[in-house]
Amino acid sequence: MQATLFLEQLLNGLQFGFMLFLMAAGLTLIFGVMGLINLAHGSLYMIGAFACAAVAAATGSFWLGLMASLAAAAAAGALIEVVVIRRLYQRDHLDQVLATFALILILSEATRWLFGSLPLYLDIPPLLQGTVPLPGGSRYQLYRLALIGAGAAVAIGLYLLIARTRMGMRIRAGESDREMIAALGVDIRSLYTIVFALGAALAGFAGAMVGALQSVQIGMGEPVLILAFVVIVIGGIGSIRGALVGALLVGVVDTLGRFLLPALLSTFVSPSAAASTGAALASMLIYVVMALILAIRPQGLFPAGS
Amino acid sequence: MARETAFNIVLSVLLVAAPVATSLLGEPFYVTLATRIAILALAAVGLNMALGLGGLVSFGHAAFFGLGGYVAGILAVHAFNMEPMFAGIPGTKLMPVIWLVAIVACALLAFVIGAISLRTSGVYFIMITLAFAQMAFYFAISWPAYGGEDGLSFFVRNNFPGIDTLRPLSFLAICYGLLGLSLVFFHRLQHSRFGSALQAARQNETRLAAVGIRPFHVRLAAFVISAAVTGVAGALFADLNRFVSPSMLSWQMSGELIVLIILGGVGRLYGPVAGATLYVLLEFALGGITERWQFFLGLILLGVVLFARGGVIGVFAGRPRHG
Repeated sequence: MQATLFLEQLLNGLQFGFMLFLMAAGLTLIFGVMGLINLAHGSLYMIGAFACAAVAAATGSFWLGLMASLAAAAAAGALIEVVVIRRLYQRDHLDQVLATFALILILSEATRWLFGSLPLYLDIPPLLQGTVPLPGGSRYQLYRLALIGAGAAVAIGLYLLIARTRMGMRIRAGESDREMIAALGVDIRSLYTIVFALGAALAGFAGAMVGALQSVQIGMGEPVLILAFVVIVIGGIGSIRGALVGALLVGVVDTLGRFLLPALLSTFVSPSAAASTGAALASMLIYVVMALILAIRPQGLFPAGS
Repeated sequence: MARETAFNIVLSVLLVAAPVATSLLGEPFYVTLATRIAILALAAVGLNMALGLGGLVSFGHAAFFGLGGYVAGILAVHAFNMEPMFAGIPGTKLMPVIWLVAIVACALLAFVIGAISLRTSGVYFIMITLAFAQMAFYFAISWPAYGGEDGLSFFVRNNFPGIDTLRPLSFLAICYGLLGLSLVFFHRLQHSRFGSALQAARQNETRLAAVGIRPFHVRLAAFVISAAVTGVAGALFADLNRFVSPSMLSWQMSGELIVLIILGGVGRLYGPVAGATLYVLLEFALGGITERWQFFLGLILLGVVLFARGGVIGVFAGRPRHG
């Protein structure tokens, strides 16, 4: 019994980790290529979720909603890049923090304007409803397995895009020497816009997928954003591989911590004290892990350019 | 620098005269607004020591702001209920004692956080300080002893010997007093040997190391001092609202403190004061005009960072002579 519960939590952790990876991949790409700290990445996640919920409610199809979320987030990302972000590449991180902080305020309030303050709900598509049996006799939600699959597919797709295509070659070149690639005749401005829109689309995709598990509401992006930052810092900023390892580590550690710590503590102290202390410690756990990793490896697990 | 000095004097006079005048006209609400400005400015002056002088972009100063607040709240609640804290130590309602405890607590926390975080730099430093503040935030949310997610309220504002703190103007005077002290301290720090070393650590740490000063120690000291000042502001903020909650520890709070400094002008003595004044007044004015004030606040902030580099003071007084 305990073993099947553990397996279930492990899968939950992986699912959470893969969704974090979708966010973190965009963030780390944007930082790696353009050197930009984008606090507004969580807003793109929220835009994706809202677009999916609105279109799914209007058409009755989750899949159309998913398409809409990709399109809406990518379009919003491209627009933001052209209007605002483009002016920030040469600035220091402080200006970037302030400008993208302002973007959060603007995008959250604009979304509230369009959709109202009440949360929207998104149903799991019929194809992915139901459960599948796990070894040990318990059952697991099919949709969460699908999220793991989608996350893994995106990870492979991103790897192929960056390692095997001309586009990916330009992105890697932009990361290592932007003057040189511009001198070779690559249009660096539109490359930046494309990278930003790609990161935005990944965030929007994550928002739409997670939106079917939770409610779709204003401010849903910020907690995920902070975790995605933890992920890219653990993984090494600019490294997609680091983002994947970091995301899975954070997802699994967080989920298992919430499950195991109270149980572990209850062998020492009373059950109620164990529950409250365990919950307090569990929610701090990933930040402790991050601090430990940075204390030992100040550049993260996979420093970019190594 | 003369225009900047003139700007500072005008702003000081306005900040003192406006609440006194409105209070005489029977509009005590503006006194609360001025108190809010003073407290946020004090918190940002603290952050400015690390961020402005040392170039240490701490995205986790809410941890110290919140810790100061919780020190005030916890001590006041224990004193009110007449029950000792751990080891029989009683609570207290005396502001100076509370401030002292807040300073010591924040300095200790900052020593630990700084000792780990300052091993990193740049974006990593921004993110690791954020992570520590998030730790404190989640700890406060899930620790039930002092209100957890709901926060902790206390009914009567704490005391200051010889001053009736329940009168809004008197409490404002206390806040202005501390803000003034912090500004004098900032000025002295900036022009001390230590301040020179700190600014040198920002500009060129190799040179600093070459003259025999270890940048790490200078930065750590600045980080600790900065946290202590922000902690006192947190204690005052708790007293203003008679309430502390985990939202004081949230990452939005850290972001807001950074915004105040950039809005006013980074590394300037009066930057945090000008920034806090503008931010609180904008929040209030826009909130009165439209429900969507956050949208317009965002637009204005964006406008400042894109077009008015150097913040409000930069617009009035030009660029600083050296960065």
